[in-house]
Amino acid sequence: MFGSLPAALRVHGQRLETLASNIANADTPGFKAREIDFRAALTAAGGQAIRPATTQPGHLPGASVGPARLVWRVPLQPSADGNTVDTQIEQAKFADAAMRYEATLRFMDGRMRSLISAITGD
Amino acid sequence: MSSFRIFNIAGSALSAQNVRLNTVASNLANADTVASTPDAAYRARQPVFSTQAVPGGGVGVAVAKVTQSAEQPQRQYQPGHPLADAEGYVYAANVNVVEQMANMISASQSYRSNLELMNTAKDLMLRTLNVGR
Repeated sequence: MFGSLPAALRVHGQRLETLASNIANADTPGFKAREIDFRAALTAAGGQAIRPATTQPGHLPGASVGPARLVWRVPLQPSADGNTVDTQIEQAKFADAAMRYEATLRFMDGRMRSLISAITGD
Repeated sequence: MSSFRIFNIAGSALSAQNVRLNTVASNLANADTVASTPDAAYRARQPVFSTQAVPGGGVGVAVAKVTQSAEQPQRQYQPGHPLADAEGYVYAANVNVVEQMANMISASQSYRSNLELMNTAKDLMLRTLNVGR
């Protein structure tokens, strides 16, 4: 009914959690910032990933998606205590993830409203 | 976001930063204290953070330990001081006030960014609750 929206919502939620963990550990020595590979996570969560169609025998299938969903962030500048969190970058990513979460929510809301209007016939 | 894990993660960070602010406060409060022996002198305290797994996923933060500065207390010649030793010296706390102020600013900024996180998460949760209304 909702297509891949619930899975997308779940993965956006996980991404928000990962980014929150990064920001929470901005002052923890040795902590390595992480990020969710959205496409791999969405596929693992049961959503449809967009792949190129294979219409000819010579066509190669789309990129295979491994089980690894968490990836390390490459730091822009090293720090003495081995921490790779850049709070500003994490905050920007968090804002981005929050916006995407809300966008997915809007789409779901729209579907839900259409269904309700179909049921009630208003 | 299926559960309230962000609140646990950001909450653990808030409490850890709070411990850090508390140690800064006690360091600054004791910056001018003196003692009659180097061992009795106040030493600057500093919390060490470590990661803490949140049940179900995500990584919070916890205070692993509170360390004391290894720097030697300052020896000051104050023969008139009631705490002075036989040679007339007192030992002042090894607190670097400038360092503590910088630490305080850093801690309060971290506190604030985690608070923002919680506010955003709260808004998103409320919107999720209102889907279809």
